[in-house]
Amino acid sequence: MNSSYAIPAVALVVVATVLVGAFGLRISRTTSDFYVASRTVGPRLNATAISGEYLSAASFLGIAGLVLVQGPDMLWYPVGYTAGYLVLLLFVAAPLRRSGAYTLPDFAEARLGSQAVRRLAGAFVVGVGWLYLLPQLQGAGLTLTVLTGAPDWLGGVIVAVVVTATVAAGGMRSITFVQAFQYWLKLTALLVPALFLVLTWQSDGAPRHAFDEPASFREQRVVRVDDSIDLKLDRPLSVTVTGTVDGRSHTGTRLELTAGSHHIERGTRLTFARGAPVPEAERSGGDLSPSQAESREERPLYATYGLILATFLGTMGLPHVVVRFYTSPHGVAARRTTVAVLGLIGAFYLLPPVYGALGRLYAPELTLTGDPDAAVLLLPDRMIGGVGGDLLGALVAGGAFAAFLSTASGLTMAVAGVLTQDVLPSRGVRHFRLGTVLAMAVPLAASVLVGGLPVADAVGLAFAVSASSFCPLLVLGIWWRRLTPPGAAAGMLVGGGSALLAVAATMAGYPGEGAALHALLAWPALWSVPLGFLTMILVSVATPGRVPPGTAAVLARFHLPEELRTEVTA
Amino acid sequence: MSGFLAGLCVAVLPVLALGVWLGRRTARAKSLAGLGTPVEHATFETLHTASLAAPPLRAGLTEETARKSARKLRSLLGTDALCLTDREQVLVWDGDGAHHRTEIMDRLAGPLETGRGEAFRLTCDRLDCSVRWAVVAPLTVDDRVHGALVACAPRESAVLVRAAGEVARWVSVQLELADLDQSRTRLIEAEIKALRAQISPHFIFNSLAVIASFVRTDPERARELLLEFADFTRYSFRRHGDFTTLAEELHAIDHYLALVRARFGDRLSVTLQIAPEVLPVTLPFLCLQPLVENAVKHGLEGKAPSSGKCHIQITAQDAGAEALVVIEDDGAGMDPGLLRRILAREVSPSGGIGLSNVDDRLRQVYGDDYGLVIETAAAAGMKITVRLPKYQPGVHSAGRLTGE
Repeated sequence: MNSSYAIPAVALVVVATVLVGAFGLRISRTTSDFYVASRTVGPRLNATAISGEYLSAASFLGIAGLVLVQGPDMLWYPVGYTAGYLVLLLFVAAPLRRSGAYTLPDFAEARLGSQAVRRLAGAFVVGVGWLYLLPQLQGAGLTLTVLTGAPDWLGGVIVAVVVTATVAAGGMRSITFVQAFQYWLKLTALLVPALFLVLTWQSDGAPRHAFDEPASFREQRVVRVDDSIDLKLDRPLSVTVTGTVDGRSHTGTRLELTAGSHHIERGTRLTFARGAPVPEAERSGGDLSPSQAESREERPLYATYGLILATFLGTMGLPHVVVRFYTSPHGVAARRTTVAVLGLIGAFYLLPPVYGALGRLYAPELTLTGDPDAAVLLLPDRMIGGVGGDLLGALVAGGAFAAFLSTASGLTMAVAGVLTQDVLPSRGVRHFRLGTVLAMAVPLAASVLVGGLPVADAVGLAFAVSASSFCPLLVLGIWWRRLTPPGAAAGMLVGGGSALLAVAATMAGYPGEGAALHALLAWPALWSVPLGFLTMILVSVATPGRVPPGTAAVLARFHLPEELRTEVTA
Repeated sequence: MSGFLAGLCVAVLPVLALGVWLGRRTARAKSLAGLGTPVEHATFETLHTASLAAPPLRAGLTEETARKSARKLRSLLGTDALCLTDREQVLVWDGDGAHHRTEIMDRLAGPLETGRGEAFRLTCDRLDCSVRWAVVAPLTVDDRVHGALVACAPRESAVLVRAAGEVARWVSVQLELADLDQSRTRLIEAEIKALRAQISPHFIFNSLAVIASFVRTDPERARELLLEFADFTRYSFRRHGDFTTLAEELHAIDHYLALVRARFGDRLSVTLQIAPEVLPVTLPFLCLQPLVENAVKHGLEGKAPSSGKCHIQITAQDAGAEALVVIEDDGAGMDPGLLRRILAREVSPSGGIGLSNVDDRLRQVYGDDYGLVIETAAAAGMKITVRLPKYQPGVHSAGRLTGE
């Protein structure tokens, strides 16, 4: 696609982010009026900021890609990402705010008074943060590759450098304004092109076979295969081939492919006729883990429940979401904020499925080229074309970069905060900078080394780890007075640790596809969350003598509204 | 291949963490081995064990601290069982023969009364019971018996009696230190209370005088000022809670500045730059207002009443896990040497104990890393920086955040 508009758009987003971050506070809050200066962040502004920070590359690009490849089953992703806040609202938001904790390790210390549990929670925050940063960087790389053809590590490096520089230089002082700005930017960047795309679809006669199985080409289409793949055909298919198919090379010959499996070498061009069904592709390059999507097809029910549990319960343990609740002035405001977040995120998530469905109609070959995540970026050019399509494409690209920047900066700040406080030896501004660099260096190195993990899948894994370690800690910590430090530590280690190992095994491609074990490891939440809860409860019950003194007072503080607290302590 | 690398990276992380943890745990013990003669080595071992048992005891004698230190104390004495008691009950029993708990408590009445050590035979009908003999050494702080250390052994041993006495004395010293810590905390609390009662009397007289001067000429203004005065004094005399929120403290500063402005008029101008994210931060009660009062005093000091103007800038920034509050004036400044002596309490400053008191309280609450940072020179104004952690265990605001 034409990059002459997209690159300025991306640059504009980066510059605007840095400027709002550095000067937003100065412009809006320099005053001699105390009344203005001491007004706290209202629930609506805070909710917008949380949404801006939360809507990541997985939401912006990943969901549309999944819907494109696998159809409406994937709508559970946006539902799960949103419903997580419902659980947060019901069980966690207000008590978490009243606990006075800024980060999750703070919460562990406030509730259990144990340095060991605090450090363990810190380790998991870093783990979850890194797992979540990885797909952000990959998404950035993908976006830049689609826009300009740059090597796929470049986008990740750009985001990493921009985020590290702004965070380390203290440029995120007015982070609430930055993130709120990013939310509206992202919403606009999806909403405006979506309106135009839907209008085009209407004028096209509103074709409705989006979710027909299998998807088919609406016009003659040339597809360039970037990685060698295996095509699985249920019935014979005729294509025009330039390149190597099944070890034989062709130049523009028309082939009649028989039913069965066919090996296509990289760099081959396939021309499909109008109305031809889109064949199912399977990566055979050997360097990619079997996507979780495949285990989904084997055990759809199990995978769906695993996804639901991970996203519903994982949201409360995301480090960059938790720190934002500190900004709410009191517990009731924290609840109101969460309700507003539900509305804002719900509105946003109506859009990616639209792109996914349109992608199935107008760009079905993305399943072959291996970049379904690029659907959102390519659609405006594909459907509208011309200068208008280029401009809309540039808008979407800018929005995508806003998604990477906001989520990555929020995560980097959270991870760097934990690294500075609990891992690096002494405190101070310089150490925070060191922490920032470290927080970003690890996922950047991983993303350059790894590549190729589907964006939404990687985020799903981060959710699973968070759901099996922090959800038990938060829910039991807030609602169960007999929780003990050894119980909390054991639960986090067993639940979160097993989820982490399952994640590692999945990424390493063990135990290969087809095995029942593979589905279990690719969607760990369904067994690791109950395991975490059970371990935490059993070990706590077994160590009744270790219930921290003052638990009753701590829980009273978590649950009593602030107005009453004054009278209790007086 | 790259997928495998990714998995490897994730799998290596917990292993690394475990390695670091194990390394830390074993490092100290290992570094002692191979140092000096066996006798010296034994001394090191003993001192090391003693130093491990000390930190929990520094928090006083409770079930929790006794449990944490008992195992170390037992390995120090090398007995089969060791128990720590307070005046009423056994706090912890480490080792065999826990069924002797009640018997020990019955026999302790005497030693706890007199404060003298004792050794006695235990009666036991269990044949396999390994503890037959108990040595009692009382734990005393300032000649008051707080509890006892009881070491149990299979047979009578003069060495054990002596050793138990020494260990009990060492534990007593730790408890005395704990006592000292407590009195220091109480002292600081008393100081906070003292500062609270001590909004400077001058300020009260001056405010009332200013209000009086407006009563005839501008009754409406006088009424407003009187209300500001009431709000400020209500906040300052508040009795409950040692902590407040930044928002509340800023409100109090606002009331204070309204009264000061009424007195000095145009000579005083104030600019604020407050990041809304840090308003919920909890901080010690009345710890910024004295700094502002100080800035006003220094800003207007030595300037002619008619011409001299003073500008005060108050900034609160969000800095990760901390909030950064800066109070800056463009007034007379101060000689850094003099300031250092004031903060060290060698010289008593002219107006109250503001700065050094705030400094002490911040260090007491947040640790020595969080004292005031003051940049000043004669005739160069003064810039005071306060770092406030967003979360600190034990720091909870009693107040309620108002506002939107």
